Amino acid sequence: MEETVLQRTPLNAIHRAAGAKMVDFGGWDMPVQYSGLLDEHHTVRRAVGLFDVSHMGEIEVRGPQAEGFLDYVTTNAVARLKNGQAQYSGLLYEHGGFVDDILVHKVDAENFFLCVNASNQEKDFAHISAALAETEFDCEVEFASPKYAQLAIQGPRALETAQKLTDTPLAPIRYYWFADGVFAGVPARMARTGYTGEDGFEVYVAPERAVETWNAILEAGKEFGIKPCGLGARNTLRLESKMALYGHEIGPSITPLEADLAWIVKLDKGEFIGREALRKQAEKGLTRRLTGFEMRGRGIGRDGYEVMMGGQPAGWVTSGSPAPTLNKNIGLCYLPIPHARPGEKIEIMIRNQAVEAETVPTPFYKRDR
Amino acid sequence: MNYPETYRYTKEHEWVHLEGDIATVGITDHAQHELGDIVYVDLPKTGTQVETGRTFGSVESVKAVSDIFAPVSGEVSAINEDLATAPEKLNEDPHGAAWLIKVKVANADLSHLMTAADYQTYTGAES
Repeated sequence: MEETVLQRTPLNAIHRAAGAKMVDFGGWDMPVQYSGLLDEHHTVRRAVGLFDVSHMGEIEVRGPQAEGFLDYVTTNAVARLKNGQAQYSGLLYEHGGFVDDILVHKVDAENFFLCVNASNQEKDFAHISAALAETEFDCEVEFASPKYAQLAIQGPRALETAQKLTDTPLAPIRYYWFADGVFAGVPARMARTGYTGEDGFEVYVAPERAVETWNAILEAGKEFGIKPCGLGARNTLRLESKMALYGHEIGPSITPLEADLAWIVKLDKGEFIGREALRKQAEKGLTRRLTGFEMRGRGIGRDGYEVMMGGQPAGWVTSGSPAPTLNKNIGLCYLPIPHARPGEKIEIMIRNQAVEAETVPTPFYKRDR
Repeated sequence: MNYPETYRYTKEHEWVHLEGDIATVGITDHAQHELGDIVYVDLPKTGTQVETGRTFGSVESVKAVSDIFAPVSGEVSAINEDLATAPEKLNEDPHGAAWLIKVKVANADLSHLMTAADYQTYTGAES
């Protein structure tokens, strides 16, 4: 086997010392679980959990025409963002498939901060740089990942936990807004965002300050029952909330319209990469769309399993897992359009056996606000 | 974790405990730990023939599904029915209450399997 050197976050030694189970996650040596996936999942739904997501990438775009340029390379309407606001968006190829799904943060009129997927960060930077080189926008793009570690504090007690560590009033920061300030004595960007379906904050700090920030959060959250959590729980949490995972629900051969992400596509905002393809697809009508399902028979329809309808191949599972909050086995799959709706009987091929499932409305889980 | 000295172990992380011509088979503590929270256990019916090195069932956790391989050949004489309703017992007591199947063996030779000490060396080297 080929020898690969895994990348490490600044918290790697902390995870190992704490006895976390480590896995190769897209080339990164990451904790998949600490106390146990189910325990961590429930902790985030009921109290507060802490995730090291420093593997995520950051790209900064600065300059007089940064906004116009980002509106050209992303699908959502950057011009609608106010200072301190963040937006979920797509980075597409000309043919409409995903390069990546990203978060665009508007720091100020000439200063934007993108959070991108770990395993896509070099590709994203190359894609954005190439788009800039082909156009005349007056701005610059920086590969900023080495400047940031990212910690996610997630759960109903996240606000109380985080507020103990900063003088910046956090309650007024609305969902998908952020503020810069000092957090646990460390200069930080505090964003009310997350990938769990719960309230929470994603805190960006310099990598050399990550360990002290991590320890301070665990200490502050002690009274609320905080636990460090791994990527295993992060996956079941995001799946219950139907948040897309690159390489599963989305990828180069899938468009945002197919992925049920039409809301991040603003076709009327002006020219952007992928717009023509999406406009044509919208005109012609979709042939397939992402759909939620629940298992009716015994078994778990897992990622990549074939979906059948009436004995014929119909689609595939993008993500499937037990849903710990719902106590059901759930999943997402692609189905042909007339059937990509709730209430359809489907079968999932689980190790050569067709097991009954039914399509259902999504998200599977939505928190009370 | 204590690996019973009287058990023998496979490279695929099953254990077997032979008493007379009945072999009790389970998965090791190392295996349950690697799998994480177990949600399903699929076992053969009583009377099924199992064969050394062939898969006879599966254990499924939140994250993954894993085949279980028979450490011995013979006829399944009993299965652990409790695991159908309480699969989490496999995480709690893999070497005891959460045994999987009992096999009536024709050949009681377990010399192809590892001792507890060998197995612990093996898992130490693997991880």
